Amino acid sequence: MATGRDDFVIAFRSAFLKKKDKQKFSLLTLIFLSIFVIILNNFNFKVIKVIKLGINEVVYRSSFLISIPENKIKKTNIQIKNHMKVYDDYKKIESELENLKQKKISNDFLKLENDKLRKLINESIKSDEILAKVLIDKKSPFLKSIVLNKGSRDNIKIGMAIMDGVYLVGKIIEVNYTNSRVLLLNDLNSKIAVLLLPARIQAVASGTGKNHGTIEYIKDGHKGEIDKRDRIVYTSGLAGIFKSGIPVGRISNNSNNKIDFFSDFTQLDYVKIVSYNTESRN
Amino acid sequence: MSSLNKISSNIFYSYFPIIILFLSVFNEFDFNFLEIQYFSFNFVHILIFFWTLKNPNHFGYISIFMAGIINDVIIGIPIGISSFCYLLICVATAYIRNITLSPNFINDWLSFLFTILLINSIQIIILDLIFLIEINYIKYLINTGFTFLFYPLFYLIFNYINKKIITKLND
Repeated sequence: MATGRDDFVIAFRSAFLKKKDKQKFSLLTLIFLSIFVIILNNFNFKVIKVIKLGINEVVYRSSFLISIPENKIKKTNIQIKNHMKVYDDYKKIESELENLKQKKISNDFLKLENDKLRKLINESIKSDEILAKVLIDKKSPFLKSIVLNKGSRDNIKIGMAIMDGVYLVGKIIEVNYTNSRVLLLNDLNSKIAVLLLPARIQAVASGTGKNHGTIEYIKDGHKGEIDKRDRIVYTSGLAGIFKSGIPVGRISNNSNNKIDFFSDFTQLDYVKIVSYNTESRN
Repeated sequence: MSSLNKISSNIFYSYFPIIILFLSVFNEFDFNFLEIQYFSFNFVHILIFFWTLKNPNHFGYISIFMAGIINDVIIGIPIGISSFCYLLICVATAYIRNITLSPNFINDWLSFLFTILLINSIQIIILDLIFLIEINYIKYLINTGFTFLFYPLFYLIFNYINKKIITKLND
């Protein structure tokens, strides 16, 4: 018995401490070093921040360069698929365009009316937009985020909204000097205040880690109401991060609170980084 | 000229595992872009386990540490966690090497399952309990399952490459 335990201790000690001929460090040293790095992560010292920014800059740029061949293959694959179904898409788009033309006329009227009402209450929303390219969009099964090629050099700040056209995609969670990381709406850690129209129900939308989102919190009285008919999900602007009325997605009838996002997060090439300032002159 | 070719091919072969390791952490090579529901596996875990078990001389611990740092930055988790987990795989393989007299595939495969279950549990504990990052446990479990199932396939490929490396370097 004692011999068995001795063997275990010897094998374990050897695994941790013995260096092979070509190894410069023992495993124990490196394990302690990685624990030290994890602990340092929790401190907000300036030196650590600068080192972290430096590492991020180098790794993001290198990953972008190394991913070029892989991205080319992916793009070619998508292009081939798109070519295969171009006629079907054309027919569908033709009918959708007709519908949209009709809707646009009524939307123009509503927009004018909205501007007029904002003027009446002396409020205006100013927005600054910066166009950014997606550097890295790794499809990790655990974390849903992308890296953009704009950073603190371009006045990017944590919390800014990221838009794909008019649709909300996510928000900035990490800013480096020349790049920044975006937490996508479908990430498990993403929570945003939303408004479900047409019933004007306030709710909190959360990511699921998959390609869709879900309604995480809603007032008890409204729980049964969502599934009764289709709902469009907009930002409510209540959390003060985004302006109200940015389209997020759609909840279909009887879909069990599942939000289908308007934007396809797997196809993002260029996005807009937007900051909003609500100005009230009262 | 031929001796120059031989030297460069020898250098390539001796650094081959490291090159694959860095390419896979930079590219996140795990077929996630196929968007197959519930499908994902951790190629890096297979790579590190195999090479540190079979031919640790071509797989420096410092390179594994650096690869872990890069992986953390790319996937956006706190720096140091992947390095720690990768090094724990090295501890497991070093231990298995020390206690194994006659290596066989089934033992390696089962040890691999035990190791990745342990590593992923540690990673979940660090992310969820210390850094309070919300995590989908089912996805981690499925990832572990597929990683385990893919091991024999990569074992065959890596074994073939390993034999090539040994023959080339002994020439």
